[in-house]
Amino acid sequence: MKLLARPGCLLALALPLAAHAGDGRLLATGGVTEIEGSAGGGLVPWAVLAGYGTREQSGATAFRTRLDLPDYRLDAWGAAFTWHNRVELSAARDRFDLGTLGQAIGDPGAALRQDVFGAKLRLAGDLVYGPLPQFSLGVQHKRLLDFTIPHLAGARRDSGTDIYLAASQLLLGAAAGYNLLWNVTLRSTAANQFGLLGFGGDRGGRRLVGEGSLAVMPDPHVAVGAEYRQKPDNLSFARESHASDLFVAWFPCKHVALTAAYVSLGPIAGLRNQRGWYVSLQGSR
Amino acid sequence: MKRHLSCLATALLLLAGCASTPTRNPTLYVQLGGRNGIAAITDQLLDAFARDPLVAPAFRHVDIGLFQTHFTDYLCQLAEGPCRYTGDSMAEVHRGMHIDEATFNAVVQDLITAMNHQHVPVRVQNRLLARLAPERKDIIYR
Repeated sequence: MKLLARPGCLLALALPLAAHAGDGRLLATGGVTEIEGSAGGGLVPWAVLAGYGTREQSGATAFRTRLDLPDYRLDAWGAAFTWHNRVELSAARDRFDLGTLGQAIGDPGAALRQDVFGAKLRLAGDLVYGPLPQFSLGVQHKRLLDFTIPHLAGARRDSGTDIYLAASQLLLGAAAGYNLLWNVTLRSTAANQFGLLGFGGDRGGRRLVGEGSLAVMPDPHVAVGAEYRQKPDNLSFARESHASDLFVAWFPCKHVALTAAYVSLGPIAGLRNQRGWYVSLQGSR
Repeated sequence: MKRHLSCLATALLLLAGCASTPTRNPTLYVQLGGRNGIAAITDQLLDAFARDPLVAPAFRHVDIGLFQTHFTDYLCQLAEGPCRYTGDSMAEVHRGMHIDEATFNAVVQDLITAMNHQHVPVRVQNRLLARLAPERKDIIYR
């Protein structure tokens, strides 16, 4: 954290790495950025690493996401850096506007914010080439900035670390001639609503959850698919269920990706059926 | 009885008809437009190589005419066409060239560009790319 607080230090670190920046990987193989800042789909981190750098190159991305729900709004932004298609480091901020709930508690502008610091290591394999999928191991360390409401809801802690193992593969021509992308992620987490409602609760703490994505590419520039993500259900006061989405991601070139999705997050803090439109813009270099 | 027999005969004829109908998918060779179609893709590919700063240097000392023939034969044979590729193996051809991942992917992108120029449908492009993909291990970092 001290490193991030010192821009000069960060710049000094980034400069020699930027000299090897490149975009040698194939279009769309960096995925987009999920709401916690890791390369993946919209809700699920994949085994792919951010950007388009090969084993000799480095890559970086920045993203901005908005999800409008009936009673809330989620804003996310951040950046990721990948070294030699081996290690991805990411930082993101999630801001969850409490909307209806904020008005109900007499604080109309109330929001929950968290910072997510991520690291992902590619263990083996390649997304496109070879018989095996690409495997990556990742961590997401989350620190909640606003703990009063989560604490009142019964959350035990204001920070937590998710650990996940992801496998992703692009199968050439596997979906009736079109390219098929699949991803499976196993995550160990205690996060309530991704961490925005704190960590742990009266119903339990850390547990293993499953996540998955499936997409078809009707064109090398477009991916259409669906995602599913289990969430722990640790708070009696604010029960939660799984999240899912249907998405379209457009990669006009290697520098830009635009994603639109219809996302369902289930009930959040007692307000049911939180479904809405998600838009995300990613820039890569 | 006679009616039953004619009914049976009709059914058999229908079955035979079904069996003799070519239900097999066209070969990739046919989908790519035969040898002429493949040769046109190769021409477009060479144009794309010439414009590609990552790939062009590797062709500085290559006999383009020979490459044209060899590569067309290579794709033709890979696509189950009536051609025989008589050149060296992929591992042999790329030995000492030190082709890295980025250059390999640039060639893939150039091939996609060439196929787009020739209006090859995405599904046919994917079919060819899927057959080329296993060759990568014999081509990069040699």
